[in-house]
Amino acid sequence: MVSLLTVEGLSGLLFFGFIGITLAGAIIATSARSLIRSVAGLALCFLGVAGLYYYLNSPFVALMQILIYVGAVCVTIIFAVMLAESSELKQVTRRNVLVGPLAFLASGILTFALAGLALKTQWRSAPCLVNRGTVDNLGQSLLTTYSMSFELISVVLLVAVVGSLVLARAGRDK
Amino acid sequence: MYILVLSNNLQTYLVIGALLFGIGIYGMVQRQTFIGMLISAELILSGASLNFMAFNRFLAPDPTVGQVFTLFIMAIAAAEAAIALSIIIAVYRNYKSIDTEDVVDLQG
Repeated sequence: MVSLLTVEGLSGLLFFGFIGITLAGAIIATSARSLIRSVAGLALCFLGVAGLYYYLNSPFVALMQILIYVGAVCVTIIFAVMLAESSELKQVTRRNVLVGPLAFLASGILTFALAGLALKTQWRSAPCLVNRGTVDNLGQSLLTTYSMSFELISVVLLVAVVGSLVLARAGRDK
Repeated sequence: MYILVLSNNLQTYLVIGALLFGIGIYGMVQRQTFIGMLISAELILSGASLNFMAFNRFLAPDPTVGQVFTLFIMAIAAAEAAIALSIIIAVYRNYKSIDTEDVVDLQG
């Protein structure tokens, strides 16, 4: 039994705030009419997810979430929106009217199935912990156990940067 | 007040992850522009990372594995966003549109 006016109670209340920010941001991101608003909703959703990571004992991943997603990915998407979105909003829809309800139905069934599975399964916790999962442990395992993947991800990022430069430069004089 | 200790419960995070995934799927089907679909893909990825982090916190014997995995998901998502956005820019240059219904040259 936790009272509202203790540290645990207040942090539980803040947790609900983060859940609300996450879900509201996700809904804005998928249903806003203009793309800029939906990118803003995406940034809001990422901030909420960063708060949830903080509650999962991973402040470093929360910081990286804000730095990479809100600071880099959202800003890049905003650049693309500014470069590519046409100024007049096209209202003509040439698609089937059933797409919206069917999408809602499909995603609803999927969410219901996943959530039901998560709630019904008896999760068994680990018998013992080999470390506490602090930033020290994270850095050590990143540079010892996962050093190969670390190098590979650097190569992937380099290829992505060069590839996006090539793609965006080709045909620029058209 | 049992509801205030939900943050210490695995199922809460799994349900939030499932909701993010479902909202992302909905946007992916329903959106009509490439950038909107990219935004939905980012939502799906963040739902998956939230699941990894929840399992890492509550069930994994080594609590660094999920954090490393989530960091790698972030790097892949950043690379994916860069490539996808430059492809979108190239498509816009050729078709003067980022609507999925306009880029149908290969449709029979």
